Amino acid sequence: MQEAIINKAKQLLADGTVDRVIGWKKGEFAYDITPAVFGSAEEIDADFVYDDFTSANVSKYLVKETKKEGKVLVFLKPCDTYSLNQLIKEHRVDREKVYVVGIPGGPKLDIEKIKAKGISGILSVKNENYTLKIETIYGEETMPFSEAILDKCASCKSKKHVVYDELIGEDGEVLESNRFDMVEQLENMTAEERYNFWREQLSKCIRCNACRNVCPACTCEKCVFDNPTSGVENKAASDSFEENMFHIIRAFHVAGRCTDCGECSRVCPQNIPLHLLNRKFIKDINSLYGEYQAGEDTTSRAPLTNYTFDDCEASIVHERGVE
Amino acid sequence: MQMNENKEFEPLIVAFCCNWCSYAGADLSGTNRLNYPTNVKIIRVPCSCRVNPMFILRAFQRGADGVILCGCHPGDCHYTSGNYFTRRRMTLLFSMLDFLGIERDRTRVEWVSAAEGAKFAATMNEFTEAVKKLGPNRRLEDLRCRKQ
Repeated sequence: MQEAIINKAKQLLADGTVDRVIGWKKGEFAYDITPAVFGSAEEIDADFVYDDFTSANVSKYLVKETKKEGKVLVFLKPCDTYSLNQLIKEHRVDREKVYVVGIPGGPKLDIEKIKAKGISGILSVKNENYTLKIETIYGEETMPFSEAILDKCASCKSKKHVVYDELIGEDGEVLESNRFDMVEQLENMTAEERYNFWREQLSKCIRCNACRNVCPACTCEKCVFDNPTSGVENKAASDSFEENMFHIIRAFHVAGRCTDCGECSRVCPQNIPLHLLNRKFIKDINSLYGEYQAGEDTTSRAPLTNYTFDDCEASIVHERGVE
Repeated sequence: MQMNENKEFEPLIVAFCCNWCSYAGADLSGTNRLNYPTNVKIIRVPCSCRVNPMFILRAFQRGADGVILCGCHPGDCHYTSGNYFTRRRMTLLFSMLDFLGIERDRTRVEWVSAAEGAKFAATMNEFTEAVKKLGPNRRLEDLRCRKQ
């Protein structure tokens, strides 16, 4: 797959269709792969990677890249195409300046899950028939592929590309996923249990803002959390209110626009299950205002910028579920 | 939050009232000499739609024990559709607060027209009683803001 992608990128650069390529490049270790912009075939040959660790959703980088001169080539997995579609819908990305090549999706690997097995000093990870051969400085280890996949891939919602110019490989289908299971579990707890669960999770927050910075739906030039006079910055450690407030507002600001790509949880250095907050909003929107998948198209109105005369009243919250 | 002489808990209620209906409704309940508790502090907003989720969280942070949002009845909004958006937003926000385990009876949306002075007073009486039963807001307070 990596070879096909690299050849495609070089071909499109050579015939002048695009001027730059957004992809992934090697990091210090085999598993810390980062998104990168490539300007020439030499750069691509040197650094471009596509493997089981290229889980980063690169669609957000298009917001800045498409403001520059020339056309950009981007390789998107199915889940990433939803994010791009949402950005196009919100006029954050000019579709004319992007050349989208759809590539097959995950499941991708989570290095933390491999490390959690007590495997350290990792040099390389190879997938052979769904068994991982992990080469370490202490010798070779193996573990099943299925035990190391990212949480966001374990509850994959779709293998279908919703926007592309061409595809490498086959297009898939929208899947039946179990992504709301954990939200339901929490809903069935008592209020006190839920409170304790979230206190335990959110008190880990170090307010690094990684969840906000990676989110393809968070593209405001000026963010409410960056207001230097509001005093909200760098206070996560000082009071539980700040932690709750940050995460409620972060999730609320993307409600109805979140495509559930799961990047927020993936990048969280403290492993807070942030996607549960987004999924709660998605689940509520689906059940109260009709099924809605953000990023599926570029024409429908988002649920929070829309209304009907017979929407339910807010008191519905007080009437349902566990106290 | 404050304690009166008998050490009975007196909640602090913040009521966001829209300028065109609910604020006039509150005024009417006053001119009609109807009683509603002094616990209720009214904040006038141009439209119920002006209230963003941060207002509600900030109210809780600075010591409110309950927050109620009053606006025109759906269909009567001075700006045609503001309260329809409020309705969706607040439903989702309250549902999220509930999801985080914050007592859901501390929040409410009520539609009060300019002619419903009696409804305004009754709503405030009832809401204050409900919050009084819940006790002080501990789950969404900011210790740095506690006045003691």
